[in-house]
Amino acid sequence: MIDIHPSLLFFFAAVLACVLRGHVRSAMMLAVPVFGALNLWQIGGSLTLTTSFLGYTLEPLRIDDLSILFGYLFHLAAFIAIIFSLHVKDTVQHVSALTYIGSAIGAVFAGDLLTLFIFWEIMAVSSAFLIWARRSDRSYHSAMRYLIIHVLSGVLLLAGALFIFRDTGSLAFNEIGLGTTGGWLVFIAFGIKAAFPFFHNWLTDAYPESTPTGAVFLSAFTTKAAVYALARGYAGTEILIYIGAAMTCFPIFYAVIENDLRRVLAYSMINQIGFMVVGIGIGTALAVNGAVAHAFNDVIFKGLLFMAMGAVLHVTGRMNGSDLGGLYKKMPITTILCIVGAASISAFPLFSGFVSKSMVMSAALKEGYDWVWICLLFASAGVFHHAGIKIPYFAFFAHDANIKAKEPPFNMLVAMGIAAVLCVAIGCYPHVLYNMLPNEYEYTAYDTTHVLAQLQILFFSAMAFVWLNLKGLYPPELPSINIDIEWFYRRVMPCSVRCGLAMAVPAYKATTGFITGLFGKVVIGNLLRHHGEHGVLSRAWPIGSMVLWVAVLLCLYIILYHV
Amino acid sequence: MASKKKNPSGKTYFFDKQENINLVLRVFYVLCALLFAADFVINREIYHSWEKLPGFYAIFGFVACVLLVLAATQMRKVLMRDEDYYTKQEDSKPTKKKDGK
Repeated sequence: MIDIHPSLLFFFAAVLACVLRGHVRSAMMLAVPVFGALNLWQIGGSLTLTTSFLGYTLEPLRIDDLSILFGYLFHLAAFIAIIFSLHVKDTVQHVSALTYIGSAIGAVFAGDLLTLFIFWEIMAVSSAFLIWARRSDRSYHSAMRYLIIHVLSGVLLLAGALFIFRDTGSLAFNEIGLGTTGGWLVFIAFGIKAAFPFFHNWLTDAYPESTPTGAVFLSAFTTKAAVYALARGYAGTEILIYIGAAMTCFPIFYAVIENDLRRVLAYSMINQIGFMVVGIGIGTALAVNGAVAHAFNDVIFKGLLFMAMGAVLHVTGRMNGSDLGGLYKKMPITTILCIVGAASISAFPLFSGFVSKSMVMSAALKEGYDWVWICLLFASAGVFHHAGIKIPYFAFFAHDANIKAKEPPFNMLVAMGIAAVLCVAIGCYPHVLYNMLPNEYEYTAYDTTHVLAQLQILFFSAMAFVWLNLKGLYPPELPSINIDIEWFYRRVMPCSVRCGLAMAVPAYKATTGFITGLFGKVVIGNLLRHHGEHGVLSRAWPIGSMVLWVAVLLCLYIILYHV
Repeated sequence: MASKKKNPSGKTYFFDKQENINLVLRVFYVLCALLFAADFVINREIYHSWEKLPGFYAIFGFVACVLLVLAATQMRKVLMRDEDYYTKQEDSKPTKKKDGK
């Protein structure tokens, strides 16, 4: 077997997916991540490929302990998501998904900022098609906004890279830090993709508008590539701790009152990325390991939840909590698989979230970030509330909405089954994951203290849900939306442009009317006289006279030159 | 924790019966009580002075979630809009090609 760049495999597959159809295409798409993972295995633990382009030294492929973990993770996520989308006939979706996976893998293996930028942009464009592929007006607009924000992130990355090149003379993508302008630009570029507060709305806007299968791909790659990039460039940057703490807390309020269940998942995704960002910000061996492990687990359990909701959307065509309910009767397998995902994201002992989230929290406590730790504790209780209980409860239990439904296609169940098995397996045998982590650190998740504390938090959060529900204090699911930061660019900006235009147009008309009225007769009249139909300057002159005048001018020029 | 309505199709499911719901809830209450009691039996390791309070995590979990939900409910008064709040405007613009390919 020949070693090839891991992302090229997926780009080839995307080209093949354009021409192949039916079972052949399905088989090809299933084979690609398997073959890709084997290829990665073959390449081995560490490798750097260096090349030169226009005088820049580039590293299109850099494999080390950190990037290879994300590489395997992306292959695994690709495999599961491809199985989940096998029933889809839409070529656009398959081609864009494969391109998207390839670019995400390319981004984590990029050893320099220019290569990273290229994959960063391919990632943005290819993923936008997974939203457009829903082919509705809402998704069209949503994908446009998504694309604009992501291209902005790419432009900032390129600008930052050039600044860094000017300062250091190298484009290598290693630790960057916030000491320079370039460092800040790249930081913001990564921050946009990692859904930092104020930059987060593209996620909650676009993911719920994508296709049922598209959301599964989207949830796996973009934000995790950003988490990888932050871990590579900004580990130990203190501001990340506070950004991450904010990310864990504010989305849970939105998630409680949000009606679209995939948007609830999008908010809970920001919450989970918050844990990773805190870990990266703390920057100790334990914290970074925790962040990376949590990214690994999050791809699987969040993928599982997006798959469960995608299955519900595929079968019922609905996604609002206010329209759903009682589906456990018709979709029992999906219900159980969704509950496994919910238990994992809530960090129940024996499920995957527990073994990684506790690492970040232990690290926060160990390094003396008490208030951050309290935020994370609050977020842990909150995530159980909205993702652990709300998602399964309003979709599968609650009031029986009597919707026609059945279990989703077999391939969807298989994909969810694989993800669920992985959630439990990692939760039960965390050492398999721990051994793959970039830093050497001995950590035990399963001691009495951790397990007891976590179980108490979870059970009493559930108790709060039960109590609020029985008292009728729990906010009902209402057909509504909640305004967020996007309000500024979806409402204020268009409105101000419209208002501005509404004022500017009459003003412009009045001004031009005044000018033409007052000066029209003088200026325009004179112009018309000279340049108009019979004006002296628009008269036709013979060519000979022009040549004569040119000759005169040239003579004058020669005379002046010699004087 | 589930609905109390009857299923019109005739078949009765687990959560259609009120007694099943009550049973689940009762088991749940017992588990909660046991977990709370465990704090007095098992010696947790203490990393932070707040953790010394018996049942710290249980109390924290309950209070945090109640506050979360009550705060979020209040947030609705400020943040909640109709479902077509944004789309009303976007649709009023000349609609472009839908699939965007």
